[in-house]
Amino acid sequence: MTTPPMAPADTALLSEPGEAQVPAGEEDRRPWWRTALSRTVPIVGALAGIAVVWYAVSYLVLPPNQRFLLPPPHEVYGEMFGNARLMGPMTAALGRTFGVTVFGLVIAVVVGIAYAVVMSQWRYAERVLYPYAVILQTIPILALVPLIGIWLGYGFPARVVVCVIIAVFPMIANTLFGLQSATAAAHDLLTLNKATRWQRLWKLQFPAAVPSIFTGLRNAAGLAVIGAIVGDYFFQQGAVGIGGLLRVYTERLQLDALLIAVSLTALFGVLVFTVFAVLDRAIVGRWYGHVGR
Amino acid sequence: MIPLTSASTDRPDVDSADTASTLVLDKVTKRFPTGTVALTDVSLSLGPGDFVTVVGPSGCGKSTLLRLASGLEKLTSGRIDVSAASTSYVFQDATLLEWRSAARNVELVGELRGESKAERKRRAQEALDLVGLSGFESQHPRQLSGGMRMRVSLARALVAEPELALFDEPFGALDEITRLVMQTELQKLFRLKRFAGLFITHSVSEAVYLSTKVLVMSGRPGRIVGEIPVPWGYPRSPDLRHTAEFAALTGRVSHTLGEHS
Repeated sequence: MTTPPMAPADTALLSEPGEAQVPAGEEDRRPWWRTALSRTVPIVGALAGIAVVWYAVSYLVLPPNQRFLLPPPHEVYGEMFGNARLMGPMTAALGRTFGVTVFGLVIAVVVGIAYAVVMSQWRYAERVLYPYAVILQTIPILALVPLIGIWLGYGFPARVVVCVIIAVFPMIANTLFGLQSATAAAHDLLTLNKATRWQRLWKLQFPAAVPSIFTGLRNAAGLAVIGAIVGDYFFQQGAVGIGGLLRVYTERLQLDALLIAVSLTALFGVLVFTVFAVLDRAIVGRWYGHVGR
Repeated sequence: MIPLTSASTDRPDVDSADTASTLVLDKVTKRFPTGTVALTDVSLSLGPGDFVTVVGPSGCGKSTLLRLASGLEKLTSGRIDVSAASTSYVFQDATLLEWRSAARNVELVGELRGESKAERKRRAQEALDLVGLSGFESQHPRQLSGGMRMRVSLARALVAEPELALFDEPFGALDEITRLVMQTELQKLFRLKRFAGLFITHSVSEAVYLSTKVLVMSGRPGRIVGEIPVPWGYPRSPDLRHTAEFAALTGRVSHTLGEHS
C-alpha cells in the first residue's frame, strides 16, 4: 500500500472562513427627507380623502336642516381650537383615560406574562389554565361590565379591570406561543448540559419569546385603549374619562363635540399603537443583531 | 467477494480494544412505544483517539444511536457505558440561540456550568479562534453563513473539553464546497483534541475521510452490518479524497451498503 498524501504539518490550525459574510445593516441609503416624504404622503392623502367625502356628505347629501347630523370638518375642528370651555374638560378626560390605559396595560402585561410562564412550565398547568384565558376572551365584555360595576363600584378600579380583561388575552397567547417556540434541538442542548428548569426558562424559553411578547404588547396596547374607553363609557362615577364624554355628547346630541371626541380617541389609539410598533421594531431588530428583514 | 474487515497494518497508535473505552454499547436495542424497532443488537466501543463514523440509509436509526449514547433516549435492552467526564453533541442544524452573538452562544456551556464570566469568555475566545472565527465573535447567527454557523456549533462543542464527541450529520445541510472544507477542519480539530468521536452521516466519502473506522448500518431495524477500518493517520490532506486507495475504501463501504439495502 502506498502512502497517501498527507497535509503539511501546519500549526496554524484552520484557514480563514472562505464564505461571504452578510454585512449588517447595509441598505440603500436615501436622504431622510425622501423617507419622511414617502411615509407622510399616503397618510395625508388618506386624510384628504376622508375630508372630501365628509364635505360631500355635509353639503351635497344632507339637506341644510339636517346638516347638524354631520357638520363640515372646518366647523367641527374650528371648535377644537376656539372653544376652551369644550376642550378643557375633554383634554382632562383624555388624560384620565390615558391613566387607565397605562395602568391597565401594565397589569395586563405582568399578569399575561406570568400566566403564560406558569402554563409553559407544567403541561398540566396549561391544560387547567388555558381554558380560562379563552373564556375571558370569548365572553362579550358587555356582559361582564355590569357585574364588574356591581362588584367593584363605578370608579377607577373598575375601569382598570375592564381594560385588563380586554387587553390580557393577546399577552397570554403570544407569550405562551413564544415560550414554546424554541426548537426541540435547542431543548436537547440544554438537557445535555444539565440545565435546571430555571436556566431553561431564562436562557432559552424567555429569550426565544421576546419577539412574540412584543407582538402581544402591540396588540394589547391597542386593546387597552379600547378597554379604557369602554370602561369609562359605562362607569360614570367620579371624574369622567373620554368614554364618559362620548356618552354625554351622544345623549345631548352634541355632534360637533362628539366628532371631536371620536377623533381624539382615534388619534390616541394610533399614538399608543405607534409607540409600541416602533418599540417592537427597535428592540426585536436589535435582538437578532440588526439584519435587514 | 470483498471481506468486510481487513487487518489494519499501519496504525500502531490506535487500538480501541487496548485503550480504556470511552463509550461502549453492548447489544443495544431500541423499540419506540409505537412498536417501531429503531435498532437491534448494536454493539460498538470507542476510546480516545477513535473517530468512528456510522453510515447508513436515512431512517436506519443512526440518529437514535446517538440519542441513546448521549442519554437523550432510554434504551429498551442492552447496555450503554459512558466513561467520559464531558460529552459534546453537535446537532444536524447548528442549533444556535438566535439572540446571542457567536461568542455568547459558545459561552452558554460555561454559563450552564456556573463558570466565572472571565473564565468562560476566555475559553469561548479560544474555541472560536480554533474554528477560524476570530473577528466574528460579536456577529449574530442571522448574520453568519451556514458554514460559519456550523463553526460556531463546533466551537460550542469544543469549549466543553469533551472526552466524547457525538456528531449527528452536522454537515448534511451544507453545500458541497463548504462541506468539504468543514470535513478537513474537523479532522484537524480531532487530531489536536483527540476526543473519542462518533459521527453519523449518509455520505460514504465523508465517513471514510474523517474516521479511523466506518460502521455500516442497514435500515429497519437498524443494525451494524459491516466494520471497515481506515488505515490513514491524521492530519489528512484534502487531496486524500482523490487517491486510488480512498476510492477503493469508499467502494468497499458502498458495496457493503448496497448488499444490505
